[in-house]
Amino acid sequence: MSNTMNGARILLECLGREGVDVIFGYPGGVTLPLYDVMYDHPIRHVLVRHEENACFAASGYARATGKVGVACATSGPGATNLTTGLVDCMMDSIPIVALTGQVSSKLIGSDAFQEADTFGITRSATKHNYLVRDIKELADTVHEAFHIASSGRPGPVLIDITKDVLQGQVHYTPIHEIHLPGYKVVTDGHAGQIRRAAQMMWEARRPYVYAGGGIIAAGAHQELRELVETLDAPTVCTLMGLGALPGSHPNFISMPGMHGSYASNMGMSDCDLLIALGVRFDDRVTGRLASFAPHAKVVHVDIDPAEIGKNRTADLPIVGDAKKVLSKMVRVLRELEPEMAGAHAEDRRAWWRQVRGWQEEHPLEPVFSPDEIKPQHLMHEINRISDGKAIVSTDVGQHQMWAAQFIRFDEPRLWLSSGGLGSMGFGLPAAVGAQMAHPDKTVFCVVGDGGFQMALPEVATLANQGLPVKVIIMNNGYLGMVRQWQDLFYQSRLSAVQIEAFPNIELLAAAYGIRGRIVDKPSELAGALKEAMETPGPFLLDVHVTPFENVYPMVPAGAAINEMVLAPPKPVPVPAK
Amino acid sequence: MLMTISLLMENKPGALMRVTGLLSQRGYNIESLTVARTLDPTLSRMTITVDVDAKQRAQVIKQMNKPVNVLQATDLTDAPAVLREMVLLRVRATMENRTAILKEAEIFGARVVDSSVEGFALEATGDSEKLEEFIAVMETYGEIEVTRSGMVAVSLEAKKLRLAPPIPKAHGEPAVPR
Ligand SMILES: Cc1ncc(C[n+]2csc(CCOP(=O)(O)OP(=O)(O)O)c2C)c(N)n1
Ligand SMILES: [Mg+2]
Repeated sequence: MSNTMNGARILLECLGREGVDVIFGYPGGVTLPLYDVMYDHPIRHVLVRHEENACFAASGYARATGKVGVACATSGPGATNLTTGLVDCMMDSIPIVALTGQVSSKLIGSDAFQEADTFGITRSATKHNYLVRDIKELADTVHEAFHIASSGRPGPVLIDITKDVLQGQVHYTPIHEIHLPGYKVVTDGHAGQIRRAAQMMWEARRPYVYAGGGIIAAGAHQELRELVETLDAPTVCTLMGLGALPGSHPNFISMPGMHGSYASNMGMSDCDLLIALGVRFDDRVTGRLASFAPHAKVVHVDIDPAEIGKNRTADLPIVGDAKKVLSKMVRVLRELEPEMAGAHAEDRRAWWRQVRGWQEEHPLEPVFSPDEIKPQHLMHEINRISDGKAIVSTDVGQHQMWAAQFIRFDEPRLWLSSGGLGSMGFGLPAAVGAQMAHPDKTVFCVVGDGGFQMALPEVATLANQGLPVKVIIMNNGYLGMVRQWQDLFYQSRLSAVQIEAFPNIELLAAAYGIRGRIVDKPSELAGALKEAMETPGPFLLDVHVTPFENVYPMVPAGAAINEMVLAPPKPVPVPAK
Repeated sequence: MLMTISLLMENKPGALMRVTGLLSQRGYNIESLTVARTLDPTLSRMTITVDVDAKQRAQVIKQMNKPVNVLQATDLTDAPAVLREMVLLRVRATMENRTAILKEAEIFGARVVDSSVEGFALEATGDSEKLEEFIAVMETYGEIEVTRSGMVAVSLEAKKLRLAPPIPKAHGEPAVPR
């Protein structure tokens, strides 16, 4: 076999060697050479219906597997359409490689048809980006991109490739080594710091574990569990960290932050040692930073040195890979246990009684009504079916918060949600990516009536690929989360939040040739979900829920996280309109 | 406060954009920035002066070390280092004050790079404070025009450059055509 091939084939060859089995993309003029090679190439291509969704689907794939997701778009509008998905991956540290076509090298800078400065536009939307204008650099670039996307703090990498590179012919030899002299990732963690952290953990009277997406990215869930059990510390998992510790684990409290549980937030506020693992002290978690965990010393473990001390000063910083650091930490904790564990045993029992007390005082409890389906009721039902094992992608809004509160995840990589960017339109394409990765798993896509419509074109992808995603629309007739804020902070002057002309889902599903159902009676909810589960292939379930329900607890913007509003402050208003 | 950063970076397309983009993205105000190749033409050295809160300095350095192409970013603000700037200045001179201008230039160690009936072009280097004085003095002689180079700095400590070793790529088999 001659090893002279065109750039497009070299690209796919390199993707194959990186273990890529599926590309989410959308073709166009300058990517024609690439799509021509894809025509009979074993790597699958899933045609999404909008490039933004190619990124979201790649992100869903990456979140559900830990592998690098791949998205592909043409130059100009194709590339600019990717940006929201790239930033989403950037904010949540999700490894994807995005491939974009670019106009031919000699046309660059001439405002050619469908030319856009993709390299410049995506500089801040990516962990790293490339513009390949020389075919000889293509193979190295692809392997570098995969390495950068998946190592250290993961993130999106974009490769912009000119059409002449895709078309050009060159002799291809596989790459065996890449050179990234400036890319230094510290993984091991300082042994002395780890020992001191372990000592601090035994010295603490009120230790509290704050675990985030970094645990899932590092695959450190088992190590986290061992640490939590050795120390017997109450543990909260952030929105990005749900499933890092099984939701059914006795030490798991729940999610902290703006819509976290009372106990989670009270624990944060009262602990004397905050063990922050793979988290970034996001403002949605900390509330008013100056009042966050005011009594706590902070141990902070993160692979990204820039996260340490960014928002909250760490008393004991450890830069490293969570899996490596935690496994060493557990070893030292066990070694120190006989001599140190007894010292504050009584205080620690009191701490647990305190935390359990908070849980009993204000538990996260679903709400039921005989006349209306309450959003919490819906999540409760999904939780019952999932039993901690299903993949659940969500969109952004009230439904996302209720899903986080009421659906349990007993494993990592089941909960797929746009955390940092909070990007509507994420849920449906993310479910596409996850279901492609796990054809045999149950995938629920829990979306709002607003976000569903943002990603509506992907219903065609579901139908087209025959993906058995169960799309559950929590239909409250509003851009609920925005309505909640107008309700609470803008005197219920509801402005541009009502969703009118929502399509009839049964007709819509039929139009796509799939099954759908509308349900509005609490008594029929379980049956409707059962039908969705039992129907092979995709299913759209439109669940009409109470329109004016608000998410509680809620930490108002600018408040400390122990200053939660626990219940509606006034009778829920019904506007005249 | 003004913070001086010395940054060594691979000389790849977009290098400067990455650095300036990152600075503005993080809200750090650039006071000056100079960039040029090093002895090794594959690398560039930048000297960046930013106006930041003193508490932010460590975070700034961490952020500047993040881009994949950055080999090393160091804070020279309090470190042993020589900081220099150059100014090119044109001053209008009358027949009467020509000698006085030249005398003054000599005091500041400035060189005459051009001389005409209208006046002089002068070149001076030094730390920013000295140059500011120089400019202020020259202004008293009449209309001036000034171009400043921005700060360049060299560390007086040999700081070991730590580079990441090559990364072996253990590959799976290529995908088999169907
Ligand atoms: C792309 C995008 N645009 C706007 C927003 C602001 N936003 C946040 S939540 C929300 C309402 C979402 O409404 P819906 O999808 O119906 O979900 P609900 O809150 O009702 O559950 C909006 C508009 C966003 N997060 N993302
Ligand atoms: Mg809604």
